[in-house]
Amino acid sequence: MAKYVIIGNSTAAIGCVEGIRSVDADGEIVLVSSEKHHTYSRPLISYLLEGKTDEERMKYRPDSFYADQRVTAKLGVEATKVDAEEKTVTLESGETISYEKLLVATGSTPFIPPMQGLETVKKAFTFMSLDDARALEGALTPESRVLIIGAGLIGLKCAEGIAERVQSITVVDMADRVLPSILDETGSDIVRAHLEKHGMTFYLNDTVASFDGNHAALKSGTALDFDVLVIAVGVRPAMSLVKEAGGEVRRGIAADNTGRTTLPDVFAAGDCAESFDISAGMNRVLALLPNAYMQGHTAGVNMAGGTASFENAIPMNAIGFMGLHIITAGTYDGETYTAKDGENYKILFYKDDLLKGYILIGNVARAGIYTALIRSRTPLSSIDFDLICEKPQLMAFTSSARRDLLSRKQ
Amino acid sequence: MKRVYVDEKWCLGCHLCEYYCAFANSGKSSMIKALKDRKINPRIQIEGDNHISFAVSCRHCTDPICVKSCIAGALSIKDGVVCIDKNKCVGCHTCVLVCPYGAIMPSDEGVMQKCELCIENADGKPACVQGCPNKAIIFEERE
Repeated sequence: MAKYVIIGNSTAAIGCVEGIRSVDADGEIVLVSSEKHHTYSRPLISYLLEGKTDEERMKYRPDSFYADQRVTAKLGVEATKVDAEEKTVTLESGETISYEKLLVATGSTPFIPPMQGLETVKKAFTFMSLDDARALEGALTPESRVLIIGAGLIGLKCAEGIAERVQSITVVDMADRVLPSILDETGSDIVRAHLEKHGMTFYLNDTVASFDGNHAALKSGTALDFDVLVIAVGVRPAMSLVKEAGGEVRRGIAADNTGRTTLPDVFAAGDCAESFDISAGMNRVLALLPNAYMQGHTAGVNMAGGTASFENAIPMNAIGFMGLHIITAGTYDGETYTAKDGENYKILFYKDDLLKGYILIGNVARAGIYTALIRSRTPLSSIDFDLICEKPQLMAFTSSARRDLLSRKQ
Repeated sequence: MKRVYVDEKWCLGCHLCEYYCAFANSGKSSMIKALKDRKINPRIQIEGDNHISFAVSCRHCTDPICVKSCIAGALSIKDGVVCIDKNKCVGCHTCVLVCPYGAIMPSDEGVMQKCELCIENADGKPACVQGCPNKAIIFEERE
């Protein structure tokens, strides 16, 4: 019987280990992962293909992590069943592990929509894991014409990662613009133009009607020849373990601010679980790394008998393509302040005396000052709004608020 | 643990802290070689107008959101000091997204840089503190 069992080995799982150990130095932790690798930074797979990191440097924690944290890591073995009444996890090997507290941090899996003729494509890949990245890399040559389905975060990061290693990149998306989940129309236009300048071709508002080997026929009638296909249309939270155990699942596993699911002693965190987005006032899956860590850490503290609550989750993203940085956060709702100068773009959304969200492209310096205004729900009437519109700066705060920030231990 | 604290009442806005920071982190032995004809990119930066000014650098928070958010595992806490492993950093700017003080910025090499309290240089006392002519930047333990 292990005191703690963690299913998963990525950000939320590591956050959970560190959360548990902040309260309980000794309780036995067993961590199970279907991936065989030491914990690694999943979003770094595009940087890996780009040559900006390598497998050694992209380890999310040092080699000694499991030993230092006294974690028994069972890597390369899949958990197939959770029995919430017997409080056991069954592994594909047939082994059964009992737990006192369980964290499900199973992440998400790539969604592959039904597409006619997909089975005739010999070189088709998804782009989620280190193994995915290595498999894709193995298929690339300097002559490769790559077709990417999906102009979202994953598809475009993949495109950036391989751009220098292939002949051409064509991106198809049914949405009418790139990165629709984090950008407004103006922002999308800037980013698309930037990527086009770097040689990428886009077919937006379009889908693949059918594949035939190395040929794709688009709904619009366009015919494309390609050598390598990457499917990056989206992901689905991996919730089956909790669902089959009788726990509530919605868009993601239903989990409260403490990480608890509807099953006793079962917690969930990361891309498989929902969070309460305070900027939108609703539960949603916030599939982003900082959120996964903070959810996982919170769950770990509570699993170990401490008290923690993750009260200020919001969507937030920092991403860049070919030297153009993008930082976004919150919900795009309310009145707006905008400023645009070439590729530099800023739009702030405010409502009910609160900053609700923002998009910065190009000049993203000190964006965290904006993020903190959203997360801490700072009344805009308490700061100098003109100064905060001009740029993120502590000058916008009152002298006494600044004293709290800069003259006190944080 | 000793941290850097600033008091805007005493700050002259002279920017000397920025120059001392850039010099201390340059790895050069001569201030002239380190700074002459270069645009400095210090880890402490002065904000302000003609009336008020103050220096901003990493607060070395006890529960740092940058460390929790770093997608590369490049930020960590060592003996209370929030440190960056430039070898692991890929320059994704997630720390810029979350730092409430705006105290992390790109280095000249593209990956990020931040104040590390001069633990590797300047004899263990931050160079900005030593260089401040009006004691507006203090290095001490506070609760």
